[in-house]
Amino acid sequence: METFVPSLLNGVIYGLLLFMLSSGLTLIFSMMGVLNFAHASFYMLGAYFAFTITQSTNFWFALILAPILVGLVGAGVEKWGLRKVHANGHVAELLFTFGLAYLIDEVVKIFWGRNAVDYRVPELLDFTIFELYGSDYPAYRIFMLFVAISMLVALWFLLKKTRAGLIIQAALTHPHMVGHLGHNVPRIFMTVFGAGCALAGLAGVIGGNYLVTDPAMAAFMGPIVFVVVVVGGMGSLEGAFVASLLLGLLQTFAISVDATFADIFGFLGLAATSEVGSISISSLAPMIPFLMLVLILMVRPRGLMGDREF
Amino acid sequence: MKLMKSAALAAAMAFAAAGASADTLKIAFIDPLSGPFGPSGDAGLKEWVYAADVVNAAGGIGGQQVEIVGYDNKINPKESLVQLQKALDNGIRYVAQGNGSAVASALIDAIDKHNKRNPGDEVLFLNYAAVDPSFTNDRCMFYHFRFDADADMKMAAVTDWIKGQDDIKSVYIIGQDYSFGKAVAAAAVSNLEAKRPDIDIVGNELHPLGKVKDFTPYVQKIISSGADAIITGNWGADMVLLVKAAITSGFDGPILTYYGGSLGAAVAMGEGAVGQVKAIVEVNTNLETTPEQDAYIDAYEKAYPDNNYYYHRIHNAMNMFKMAADKAGSTAPKDIAFALEGMEYESPYGKITMRADNHQILQPMFMSTFSDNVKRGVEKLPLGWASGDGDRIEAEATALETTCNMERPAN
Repeated sequence: METFVPSLLNGVIYGLLLFMLSSGLTLIFSMMGVLNFAHASFYMLGAYFAFTITQSTNFWFALILAPILVGLVGAGVEKWGLRKVHANGHVAELLFTFGLAYLIDEVVKIFWGRNAVDYRVPELLDFTIFELYGSDYPAYRIFMLFVAISMLVALWFLLKKTRAGLIIQAALTHPHMVGHLGHNVPRIFMTVFGAGCALAGLAGVIGGNYLVTDPAMAAFMGPIVFVVVVVGGMGSLEGAFVASLLLGLLQTFAISVDATFADIFGFLGLAATSEVGSISISSLAPMIPFLMLVLILMVRPRGLMGDREF
Repeated sequence: MKLMKSAALAAAMAFAAAGASADTLKIAFIDPLSGPFGPSGDAGLKEWVYAADVVNAAGGIGGQQVEIVGYDNKINPKESLVQLQKALDNGIRYVAQGNGSAVASALIDAIDKHNKRNPGDEVLFLNYAAVDPSFTNDRCMFYHFRFDADADMKMAAVTDWIKGQDDIKSVYIIGQDYSFGKAVAAAAVSNLEAKRPDIDIVGNELHPLGKVKDFTPYVQKIISSGADAIITGNWGADMVLLVKAAITSGFDGPILTYYGGSLGAAVAMGEGAVGQVKAIVEVNTNLETTPEQDAYIDAYEKAYPDNNYYYHRIHNAMNMFKMAADKAGSTAPKDIAFALEGMEYESPYGKITMRADNHQILQPMFMSTFSDNVKRGVEKLPLGWASGDGDRIEAEATALETTCNMERPAN
């Protein structure tokens, strides 16, 4: 119990943070049919924007303003960049986002320096909300949980219950038909791209001070987000949700397990001092996402809930 | 005519290039300049460049201007060998590296091979921070000099401090999963067994290098183990994130580190870590020292306002390099290596010696504590590192036995 409850909470929070990032990515994927390599860079931009806004005003402004700014940058990228590149096919789009990721990395380094910036948790939330088996549980984590769930509900409501959501869903699968019905499909695409980036930006705002805001944060997060999207199934929001939580929980629980291979496979005669036997489960934690990726691509290439084959 | 002209131009350019290499002495700085450990490498590069600038202003080394050439190895041993080859192809015969013992290990092997295959064209390795003890023990090499205390020496100092803390009954050891982290853990276990057999080691854990984004699960494990203190050799982002998680999760015992001064750590720790985080270092900027050294530190921090004076050992290395060149009357790597052996240097914090038997520096060490009562803060904060009277460990006291059996070239 002592490790189970904190791990569960941490796992869910980390999972929801991942979902915030991957939901935008998977939406954009269903739209363009191409993975946006620069997605984690928008997450980084969100954190840096929030840091700058926090310095001149406060965190609450940043929480609203930074995702909007990131969304506008994203919409701009779609309108003046991707849309032009789109004519040259998927490979060009892929390369464009790839280059964009590097570009954003360098721009961030130029503007904010190569080191971590002092982006802190707001003082209002900088207290211990409860004690959990001897360790303090920061209130900010519960706040993250709250923000993530609100976003989840809002996104679900927007996509499933409103007319706008209906049009977006239609445009994702049948863009020509929606166009013929008189809707401005390029604008819908721009909006979706912008909104996806804004979600990544929001993840950056609340994740940047929870982790560390530095120019390496995009490269840190990028691969994991891809894993989430692939495991969940390309283009499937539900899948991304399940995969995010699964990944968050698996990674956190693996760390809290205090066992080695020898403890588990000891009955097969594996010695604790042997090379394999001395590997601890917790040291495998960072490998889990990629192990999941490989396994899922072997067993179920379209992902947990995806409907597209590759 | 045209052909003649371009031939003459080519000849002139070749001459200019040769001229340039004759009066500049290039040192290849092979360290991470991007990625999660980029800030660490970048900070090192700045201090090397600064040290070189100061030496150059005073006439350079052996009449040559020193130039530091940065090579980004992305903290990857294989990439480091590619960069080393690049440096060698550019005619560079001095290598400086520090971040990552895995990298240093690869460089030592490669440089050793190069030196054996190319007598008369040797390469000298100035190691300013890779502290795997084996480099000055089993795997010692004549052309390798270490200007930082090795992991065992640092651990001896850390455990000497623990020896006097009776309220520490249990410790948790956490480190990065590679040769250095393993060396730290092994040294901690053996030192504690010898000095405080009553202490319970409640955890001994390695986490992957540079891949953990949130250390909270590790910290929760540490707290639920009931440890009174944490020992860690972590550096770079791993250091920053670990202490950040420990402080926000309410771990209230001492955190004994090697690299608490890692760039970015102070910002991440904040006031919450005051008095709690300690680091074993060769210098902190709040030590009593000479006015010249104070001015030197001020000038450095003025030249690089985003960085703090941290790698004092780089300046030691540069000064000793110059002294060796003056003593040998040559800048050939072999001559410098012989001159460096046993060299003594009066540093602003006391005498330091390069051991002749294993090429390990002996310098005074200081147990520093993160403090809010400092003259010089770090990272633009009113917080910094300070040491009390009992925190100085004399250079001789840091010396350990060595298993090094050095093969020396014929002089």
